[in-house]
Amino acid sequence: MFAYAVRRVLATIPVMAIVALFVFSLLYIAPGDPAAVIAGDQATPQDVERIRASLGLDRPFLIRFGEWVWNILNGDMGVSIFTNLPVTTMIQQRIEPTVSLMVLTLCLAVSIAVPMGVIAAWKQGSWIDRAVMGFAVLGFSVPVFVVGYVLAYIFALELDWLPVQGYTAFREGFFPWLENLILPSIALGGVYIALIARITRATMLEVLQQDYIRTARAKGAGQRNILFLHALKNAAVPIVTVIGIGIALLIGGAVVTESVFAIPGLGRLTVDAILRRDYPVIQGVVLLFSFVYVLVNLLIDLAYTLFDPRIRY
Amino acid sequence: MDRRSFLKGTAAAGLVGASAGLAGPALSQGAAARTLRFVPQANLANFDPIWGTQYVVRNAAAMVWDTLYGFDETLTPKRQMVEAEQVSADGLTWEFRLRPGLKFHDGTAVLAKDVVASLTRWSARDPMGLMVKALQNELVAVDDRNFRWVLKKPYPKLLMALGKNSTPMCFMMPERLAKTDPFQQVSEFIGSGPMRFKRDEWNPGARAVFERFADYVPREESSSWLAGGKRMGVDRIEWLVMPDPATAAAALQNGEVDWWENPITDLVPQLRRNRNIRVDIADPLGNIGTFRMNHTTTPFNNVKARRAVLAALSQEDYMRALVGDDDKLWKPLPGYFTPGTPLYSEEGGEILKGPRNLDAAKRLLAESGYNGTPVTCVVAQDQPITKAQGDVTADLLKRIGFNVDFVATDWGTTGQRRAMKNPVGQGGWSMFHSWHAGADCINPAVYNAIRASGDGAWFGWPNIPAVETEVANWFEAPDLAAEKAVINRLNKAALDNVVYAPTGFFLGYQAWRANVSGIAKGPLPFFWGVSKT
Repeated sequence: MFAYAVRRVLATIPVMAIVALFVFSLLYIAPGDPAAVIAGDQATPQDVERIRASLGLDRPFLIRFGEWVWNILNGDMGVSIFTNLPVTTMIQQRIEPTVSLMVLTLCLAVSIAVPMGVIAAWKQGSWIDRAVMGFAVLGFSVPVFVVGYVLAYIFALELDWLPVQGYTAFREGFFPWLENLILPSIALGGVYIALIARITRATMLEVLQQDYIRTARAKGAGQRNILFLHALKNAAVPIVTVIGIGIALLIGGAVVTESVFAIPGLGRLTVDAILRRDYPVIQGVVLLFSFVYVLVNLLIDLAYTLFDPRIRY
Repeated sequence: MDRRSFLKGTAAAGLVGASAGLAGPALSQGAAARTLRFVPQANLANFDPIWGTQYVVRNAAAMVWDTLYGFDETLTPKRQMVEAEQVSADGLTWEFRLRPGLKFHDGTAVLAKDVVASLTRWSARDPMGLMVKALQNELVAVDDRNFRWVLKKPYPKLLMALGKNSTPMCFMMPERLAKTDPFQQVSEFIGSGPMRFKRDEWNPGARAVFERFADYVPREESSSWLAGGKRMGVDRIEWLVMPDPATAAAALQNGEVDWWENPITDLVPQLRRNRNIRVDIADPLGNIGTFRMNHTTTPFNNVKARRAVLAALSQEDYMRALVGDDDKLWKPLPGYFTPGTPLYSEEGGEILKGPRNLDAAKRLLAESGYNGTPVTCVVAQDQPITKAQGDVTADLLKRIGFNVDFVATDWGTTGQRRAMKNPVGQGGWSMFHSWHAGADCINPAVYNAIRASGDGAWFGWPNIPAVETEVANWFEAPDLAAEKAVINRLNKAALDNVVYAPTGFFLGYQAWRANVSGIAKGPLPFFWGVSKT
């Protein structure tokens, strides 16, 4: 398995190279001009041109791309056109809120959705099953920002239990950290819970029809043992796959959630950078997200061996 | 004590001991009262007010960098860092003396050589600065506190240039920073203003922090806009960037922020219902809505086509699209200069007054020889002001008989596309929408958009010699009466030739918590004099 992991890690290199070329090319051909944004609305065309030249944006594509790749290979993601800060510094400033939001959402979603799916499958056709499926439809249908506004209205404005916005770093205390993340995690987790609950239910229903489940029942195994030891473990591979795929869902959802709850994370950094055409920041963040996604997929693949001993690499 | 504080207190009491290590730091009530939390109009993405001329940068910079002169609320430039000035009888030699005791945030004294370097950098970027530079014979530091500016020709508007609030403002920096190329960002943010910038707490896109500068020496006079004694009522100001207006509104209602610079009109009724919140007009100089037509391509290279648009344009339609039913927020603007300011004029504005005349517009369009060429109307959808105007314009143009090619895009793309002079269909454009702060439309010196010098003019590149002649006349006008006469002629020439289409004058609100006092109305948020209990 070690050799497999090494092979997979090495395989990320061409993937990242393709992503890099794709992102750079896309930004190059996309309309928009950071120099015009910097210069402001009252600037003359001559001012805009001078700023563009000073930023090196008037140089040919290949030179700019080559320079960027060379810098990346040397661990330098460049400097933001606007803030003049290194992209790595900006990512460092923003990574904790996003990771916190995603981890909390993931924990929340998995701990709620998996039992929901298991119970729905066990009680197939009952009102519990219908309630779980109804919730899943709702979770898929209601946009994150709507859930966010409703939660903020109820729990912050009306009940005054939680703050509306912002982020408190973990080093400043667990409870202040948690206080700021509860509502965003619930808002972001809705669609994720719905997805995992549905997959868990569907997979469990299939597994519960298997012969070995009937055998376990015949042996007198208890319902809890059957559900969580025999069935859930065998249903885990597709569930874990969906959890992994859902990371992309979380990354996309984090952009909206961070805007609604004014969390200074990578999602907002990406949107701000796109709107301003801050090319080095966009390239850096997209590259980071791609790397994380590739890594998560690798971890998921490796996790299969824990749930299914038949899988060998 | 609010409910959340009570709940937190109770929870903390229950968890004390068990979770002592997990508790977060708490601000004392006194410290909280000395910290003002402010939601700015936009993200402070960079912080060099000469390099980046966005209003949000100017607004933050006004706390950190001081100016030689500053506009007061009567739009008169008043001494700020300058103690006294003297101008020779021929108007060519200006001598200035700095106030004693001025210091930069790094502890060094503000010297005349810093001022000379700052003026040099500013004058390379500012339209008025460029004019002065063209007339400059000599700009030298005489000694530590005195500097001299010798011109080849009198420039009566010099103090206005030094004290104006339009961007880029004439901020003073240490010489080592001011020597930076004006088209490159400075590497440090050291000023001599009443607040210092906490670079270590700056998280662009999220937060910017300013701390009171203990060594700042305010003037004796009471403050008025950018003039007078800039006395700080708080020790710390936190700018919290909130891209979503609903979040900012909720945060203000919940007491998580103290002052919101620009609440959207839709949310104002909700804010007014909260007894802990005050809402008022932000800037009495307001804004002027605009769409600019491209004077270099068909059909708007023909003045009749441009006048056809003005003949049918209903400013009420535009303003209602922008501000809704709140009649206190807008007024018609049959001219180009800011209402309520000394040079406001309606000369030549008949075409924008009275019932709108669609038949006359169609007639003018036919006379222009318009042949159905698509009119590329570029509309940024991510800016509520441009989007609302764009929707009205598209309908207006169709009713007149234009063949409209509506390009829905974002502001970043608009910024690039409007600079292109290609023909329509090859990346060019026919019109785009924008708006100008009223403070930037009070006279021709600060009003780039009114200029009509062809290639050197603002986007759309109008080439109207009559307008440029009157602009030159205004710079030489000896007194206000003469200035007004010139502006009347300028306004008429600009409207007759349609430099751009003014869509109306509109105001915006600001909102703050009731425990905050001293908030002034003005073209930018003034933080001096603001305190919190």
